Amino acid sequence: MKEEFKVISKLIDEKSRVLDVGCGDGILMEYLLKNKVVDVRGLEISKEKVKKCLSNGLAVVEGNAEYDLKQFPDLSFDYVILSQTLQAFMSPENVIKDLLRVGKKVIVTIPNFGHWKIRVDLLFKGEMPITKNLPYEWYNTPNLHMCTIQDFYNFCNNKGINIFKTISLNGQKTSKITPSNLKYKNLISELGIFLLEK
Amino acid sequence: MSNFDKIKSITIKQPLKLDCGKEISNFPLAYETYGNLNEKKDNAILVFHALTGDQFASGQNPVTNKEGWWNYAVGPGKAFDTQKFFVICANVIGGCMGSYGPGTIDPKINKPIGTNFPVITINDMVNAQHYLLDHFKIERLFAVAGGSMGGMQVLQFVSNFPNKAKVALPIACTASHSAQNIAFNELGRQAIMSDTNWKDGLYDGKTSNPDKGLAVARMAAHITYLSKKGLQEKFGRNLQERSDLKFGFDADFQIESYLRYQGSVFVDRFDANSYLYITRAMDYFDLTKQHGGNLSKAFKESKTKFFIISFTSDWLYPTSENKDIVIALNAIGADVGFVEIKTDKGHDSFLLDVPDFLSTIKNYLSATYININERRI
Repeated sequence: MKEEFKVISKLIDEKSRVLDVGCGDGILMEYLLKNKVVDVRGLEISKEKVKKCLSNGLAVVEGNAEYDLKQFPDLSFDYVILSQTLQAFMSPENVIKDLLRVGKKVIVTIPNFGHWKIRVDLLFKGEMPITKNLPYEWYNTPNLHMCTIQDFYNFCNNKGINIFKTISLNGQKTSKITPSNLKYKNLISELGIFLLEK
Repeated sequence: MSNFDKIKSITIKQPLKLDCGKEISNFPLAYETYGNLNEKKDNAILVFHALTGDQFASGQNPVTNKEGWWNYAVGPGKAFDTQKFFVICANVIGGCMGSYGPGTIDPKINKPIGTNFPVITINDMVNAQHYLLDHFKIERLFAVAGGSMGGMQVLQFVSNFPNKAKVALPIACTASHSAQNIAFNELGRQAIMSDTNWKDGLYDGKTSNPDKGLAVARMAAHITYLSKKGLQEKFGRNLQERSDLKFGFDADFQIESYLRYQGSVFVDRFDANSYLYITRAMDYFDLTKQHGGNLSKAFKESKTKFFIISFTSDWLYPTSENKDIVIALNAIGADVGFVEIKTDKGHDSFLLDVPDFLSTIKNYLSATYININERRI
């Protein structure tokens, strides 16, 4: 099981209603159903992946988060999850706004563009970095809006979004991110996991 | 047709109040079943047929000797796997395969009831079929399913009986018949009513039938079930058994010949008045209006899991209309899945061999049956 999903699962209270935006094959949904008493729904843009989810009996709706989040009423979920997808939207800012409208709490995970390997790649090779989490070439990447943990942290502060928890994930290792270790964690984390509230 | 003797039916003795205000009682509802009801009686699926369907969803229809209309989907190992599930399908009231309809003989005059039959609605159809649950002593169905008008019945069923089905599969349908839908149905009705053999609906059903009108109605409707691309790929401008145009009005083109054939075989198995009544029922269907303009209210009481399916090339009940149902369900936090299946086969896709469609239903039903039993959901 992906370490990231374990961390997400720990952030979620029992008996809550969860929406997984960009749920993919539904692996996180399955994990949550197995390990928690939750009511979980999914939204996914890829027909193939939606069919896979539905074939497993998961309640997943085919749709694009940039348009289809509109159909969910305000605060209709206890948690809305966006796992490593924010960077792929045309307008991440609007999507975050919608997530915070639909969910009482929002869990966002971002592949950290500030990781030292990426910095080194760019600095010494002078080429766009390709890593395990970001395996694409610059010309075919779906990731339109890459950001660092620091960037996202700044974004939340600027927009008045409350950050409840920030967790760093590096390989199998998780650790807390605090304002005092932020610069350092931004260098060593592969993934940043944020628990937000409006 | 003596084969009508082979039809199973129940007689609904209780009075059923119809939307038109009239009341009917002691009327037959013809049905067929596939597979076996298990001991817990938790594996029953009620399948609703579309405009020209009947209770013979699978296998061979004993009256027409043709394959059941949902043969691709219903049967052992198929999407609605009759090795696991007990599939029930009834002929709607207003139909012509043994259920109470305009073709039913009125014993007083020894002639078909014809247009003295009351105008019925999707709501009336569903209320009549609900009696099948009593007949089979089924407390709760595992699922209700259907495409096109069958999907409308699924929506109406869940709205009328919120906790009688654990799963609902409305396929390629709408919650409210559009102006375009009504327009095509009216075209078909006018074709029938313009046939001099229709006789204001009081034809005797033996010596003279409005076959020409009914055939034209079927031809027009058939076009709406296919996509432009599908038609073009299958027929294009191909000529029918000739090398050149004949400068006349015979069927020069394959598509003409095909439609004529579809019309001619249809009249052998379908009653023109049934066509009028059932298309009327579809036109009157507006679940949104039934709930004061708010479709969500139709499902407010329900704990049913919905799985909605549309098809990319279906322009009769397009994805947008299916999605309106999804939106209404999401608005009340209902448990809903939705996928649009990619196919060129048009509205008819739900009746055809579309592997993606069939396998997704099959897997969804078997996974959901297990999930419900393990109380994961």
